Amino acid sequence: MATKSSRSAARVMLAPAVILLLGWMLVPLTMTLFFSFKKYLPLRGDSLERGLDWVGFANYARFISSSSFWPSVQTTLVMVGCVLAVTVVLGILLALLLDQPFWGRGVVRILVIAPFFVMPTVSALVWKNMFMDPVNGLLAHLWRFFGAEPVSWLSDASLASVIMIVSWQWLPFATLILLTAIQSLDSEQLEAAEMDGAPALGRFAHIILPHLGRAITIVILIQTIFLLSIFAEIFVTTGGAFGTRTLTYLIFQRVVDSQNIGLGSAGGVYAIILANIVAIFLMRIVGKNLDR
Amino acid sequence: MGRIALNGVTKSFGVTEVIPPLDLVIEDGEFTVFVGPSGCGKSTLLRLIAGLEDTTSGRIEIDGVDATGTPPAKRGLAMVFQSYALYPHMSVRRNIAFPLRMAGLDRAEIDRRVTEAASALNLTDHLDRRPGQLSGGQRQRVAIGRAIVREPAAFLFDEPLSNLDAALRVGMRIEISELHGRLATTMIYVTHDQVEAMTMADRIVVLRAGLIEQVGSPLELYREPRNLFVAGFIGSPRMNFIDGASAREHGAATIGVRPEHIEIDPDGPWEGRIGIGEHLGSDTFLRVHDTGLADTLTVRAGGEVGLKTGARARFRPMPDKIHRFDEGGARIG
Repeated sequence: MATKSSRSAARVMLAPAVILLLGWMLVPLTMTLFFSFKKYLPLRGDSLERGLDWVGFANYARFISSSSFWPSVQTTLVMVGCVLAVTVVLGILLALLLDQPFWGRGVVRILVIAPFFVMPTVSALVWKNMFMDPVNGLLAHLWRFFGAEPVSWLSDASLASVIMIVSWQWLPFATLILLTAIQSLDSEQLEAAEMDGAPALGRFAHIILPHLGRAITIVILIQTIFLLSIFAEIFVTTGGAFGTRTLTYLIFQRVVDSQNIGLGSAGGVYAIILANIVAIFLMRIVGKNLDR
Repeated sequence: MGRIALNGVTKSFGVTEVIPPLDLVIEDGEFTVFVGPSGCGKSTLLRLIAGLEDTTSGRIEIDGVDATGTPPAKRGLAMVFQSYALYPHMSVRRNIAFPLRMAGLDRAEIDRRVTEAASALNLTDHLDRRPGQLSGGQRQRVAIGRAIVREPAAFLFDEPLSNLDAALRVGMRIEISELHGRLATTMIYVTHDQVEAMTMADRIVVLRAGLIEQVGSPLELYREPRNLFVAGFIGSPRMNFIDGASAREHGAATIGVRPEHIEIDPDGPWEGRIGIGEHLGSDTFLRVHDTGLADTLTVRAGGEVGLKTGARARFRPMPDKIHRFDEGGARIG
């Protein structure tokens, strides 16, 4: 963009996209903020036409003083953290494996990516009914085969189960990104390290892992954005019971189950704040990798 | 110490035999250059010695010890790669120290050796930079530094200068030769550039399709190439080959005369039309056409010859500098 006219032309051409995106984000955000300061209980007859009562910070105070608020924040962070850890660690191992030359590698790579194309609701239902069902699930059969008592996954190990389902969905994404990163590693670097006397683990720690730094950062940042708003998997499996109620799910319950839109909106604002805190931490910790 | 002996070494990739049985001894302290056109197996041979490829059969001995199955790190060899293969996320200091850290040396010793190598290679001011911030020549020196700190039995160079520009290449050529003079360690150097081979080597190994065509000092190869391939490969510009009647006059199927061994002589036996002249200042290389001997004859003339394109001139080959080859391309006499 060398000249003044091409710069202004660029602005004009970008404008529709920018305006659309801004509107897309600003309208819901403003509405959430607006509702969060109002008493809005549709079942009690509140509606926009009749005008809503201004209640100040009452919704905020009520949402945060609820006994389920802090546990839900904790659940959210535990879930996001565990899914990130599982997907990154397994993703690196799978990527290393898929980078090896073996017969049928092309087919295996496609199969590995497949779970990513399954809709969250569907995959959660499949896991719930076909794997984790304590009577007919595959895992129950497996447990019985070894003479063990089948686990009722979704009630006894509910949070772990949800983490497992979500990890299964996001593992392909991590694997895919990490695999492309591994493939871009210059093989002469590995050979040089081998000549320099680095054993296999040393080569992994000193050459491969630093090379993957940036890709891991991207995986963590993108996954966090999506994982903070997990909903379908919880809705379909536990319905938020047994310690799987995340902040997102709590907001859903406040708005839909309790029909309290004002309270839910206040929760939404808290969720925005939580997401930003997480984002700031992430950028501090891993964002440095992106500057290189 | 660094005497490397290859006994009947072969290498096949699937059914393709890259290196047919090959015997070669590289003496301690020798600067050996593997030279040949691309795809001749010279890099594969180097990687076999390094241990980065497994031999299909045969024995590799380093200092009299069988090293055929020894992993690369245990062979005591250091390699400089074509791409330099520096670790991009490490500073120059950590790059050079890496083999020492892997060997488990203590900190003080590592520091001492890195400092020493850095000052020998003019890298002291760049120790805390990343490879990405260095120029091509500096990166090359870091790669060499990483090799020398290990004090290896032999250095292996895989076309190390091919990524540098021409001026830098000449400089690095001299630096590597000086390094060899200083360390007196065995060096094996792979290149496709016969100028590098001629200027640096104690001994040149000319390879074609995995076969050793000739082994000898640069001047031996220049004076007495064993066959047509070596004759054509060594020397720049390449030797003129003449076959037919004029070759038979000398009792050979083909004769070869280097451009520098043909004189412009009004009474000479050969006559031709001057084509393009390449004026280098010190020398002029003339392309001579219509000689009836070969398509084009390359002749080296003095710095400033008064011959214009299109002019006709007569030439005389120096009688004692004519190489004779039989039908199979092997040298006669």
